[in-house]
Amino acid sequence: MNTENVSNAKTQKLTSHKNGDGIVGIKSAKWLSLPYAVWMIGFIIIPLIVIVYYGLTTVDNRFTLDNISAISSPINLKALLMALEQSLISTIICLLLAYPLAMILSKSRMRSSSFIVMIIILPMWMNFLLRTIAWQNLLERSGIINTVLKFFGLPPMNIINTPKAIILGMVYNFLPFMVLPIYNVLIKIDKDIIDAARDLGANSVQTFLKIILPLSLPGVISGITMVFVPALTTFVISNILGGSKIVLIGNVIEQQFRMGNWHVGSGLSLVLMIFILISMAILSKYDKEGEGSGLW
Amino acid sequence: MTDNKLINLVNITKSYGDNVVLDDLNLYIRENEFVTLLGPSGCGKTTTLRIIGGFETPDKGQVIFEGKDITKTAPNERQVNTVFQKYALFNHLTVAENIAFGLKIKKKSKEYIKDKIKYALKLVNLDGFENRMPDSLSGGQQQRIAIARAIVNEPKVLLLDEPLGALDLKLRQDMQYELIRLKNELGITFVYVTHDQEEALTMSDTIVVMNQGYIQQIGTPEDIYNEPKNAFVADFIGDSNIISSIMVEDKLVNILGANFPCVDTGFGHNKPVDVVIRPEDVNLVKPEEGIIKGVVTSLLFKGVHYEMEVNANGYDWLVHSTSLFPVGTEVGIQVDPFNIQIMNKPESEDEEAVELEI
Repeated sequence: MNTENVSNAKTQKLTSHKNGDGIVGIKSAKWLSLPYAVWMIGFIIIPLIVIVYYGLTTVDNRFTLDNISAISSPINLKALLMALEQSLISTIICLLLAYPLAMILSKSRMRSSSFIVMIIILPMWMNFLLRTIAWQNLLERSGIINTVLKFFGLPPMNIINTPKAIILGMVYNFLPFMVLPIYNVLIKIDKDIIDAARDLGANSVQTFLKIILPLSLPGVISGITMVFVPALTTFVISNILGGSKIVLIGNVIEQQFRMGNWHVGSGLSLVLMIFILISMAILSKYDKEGEGSGLW
Repeated sequence: MTDNKLINLVNITKSYGDNVVLDDLNLYIRENEFVTLLGPSGCGKTTTLRIIGGFETPDKGQVIFEGKDITKTAPNERQVNTVFQKYALFNHLTVAENIAFGLKIKKKSKEYIKDKIKYALKLVNLDGFENRMPDSLSGGQQQRIAIARAIVNEPKVLLLDEPLGALDLKLRQDMQYELIRLKNELGITFVYVTHDQEEALTMSDTIVVMNQGYIQQIGTPEDIYNEPKNAFVADFIGDSNIISSIMVEDKLVNILGANFPCVDTGFGHNKPVDVVIRPEDVNLVKPEEGIIKGVVTSLLFKGVHYEMEVNANGYDWLVHSTSLFPVGTEVGIQVDPFNIQIMNKPESEDEEAVELEI
């Protein structure tokens, strides 16, 4: 915070020197932020207001809470619970996979570790849809994996169109979002701090539990947010890997909008948004450092 | 200070890749001694400290602690605690939790820990800071907490790695007194690493001057300052005039073409030597009274004294004096015989860095 203020003050000073007039300098700096303000109002704030408006009104523009309470219908409720369960499981799997990996990467501190980090990021450079469709091809009953299994005389794997396939897709797509924030926090832990814990008598397990884990919590929190939220709202992964058999809340909302039923779709979106806000609020309680908010 | 050797480093060699940091280092540290490892950055002083602490393992050689070989012992099993350069406090824990860290791991009773925290905070003059978070404290306060956190474990040796490096001058001086007081109250051995010669001279019982992985000289602060063994030590410890000269005969040295009486003997006849004269030992007198004559070329007021440069016989003499000679004044230079320190010239580059046996 402090450094930010200082650097701000510096920039202003520099600008004012260039223009020979302090006020002009500040004004021109403010003017530069205008495109961003237009962007935020036009593409974030107005759409949000529109969603809130649609969510709370009927077709003939009268106030109603029916769109919100639509969540309590058995189909929608099932879809919400399913989405919560699937995204929770994926988040836990991502965490269990990512933490040890981030730990190994941060400890090695070699040239190879940055190479491995790049490999982890690599899939993110490819289109999300493409990656998911690739998994569909791999997992299909007569897909690549089953062909290979058949070739070796092994029983085929039938996980396409099951919750397992969706979790696989979520983990595959969102794992980098868990690895990177944890890795970023871990490499920032000063080696002296770990030496200090060892120096004070802690063995490596105690050092991990009492020092490294608590200090890496902000990264874990932001990793959880970055995996859980997109997983909870996804409809693409469940569409492609779940066939039409598994319906998540994202799919329900998508269908409502596609059928032209904007009011119910918006109402359900608001409910989902509330769930996300609640989970973010819970997480941000543990995130004193603000690492998560920095990434969001 | 007793004569018991508490720590003995035997033939320690350590290198990182091609870079030899320590080359066959031998050093012992006595019980209840304040030893300072002093040298420029990259001289191997911190590596030596980390080897004692157990954070580095030497490639060759042994670390003997109270007669036992601890070369391969993990840091958490050594009776040694470290105060790190950047404090290395646990920022997610309160001050009290930081101090209690080592004691909790040793499973001490709650009462004992509480008493110890109170005692340690009192010792470092920070009573009542138990519930503060480390990042809400100033640098000096954080450093004291780091010291408190180390000493509650009652180590036999406290290792300090440039602990005052990040503090401003005034605070550094205050902390120097604090450290001396602490050492006297606790009665434990301090091994202190610094590149600040003034700090070393102020606090130490023994100074170990290091350069390029070799020990250059071991001695009391007075020894090191007054009788530097070679040009490196003389140059590193305070300002000095180091002049290439000829030892004419016993008790007579030819400096810049003029013969100065001195007290050293046994260097032979007409032998090239290095002469060290501290700036405060150069006496400025009337031109006709000096052994050589010169002209004052610069003058600075330094508070306690004036710092002058006198060009005489082609050498710019650095002079500290309480009396003022304006720039351009012709002066005579005279040095008391016992203030002229004669050193053998190194015959090659290698010899300059050669290790001196204790």
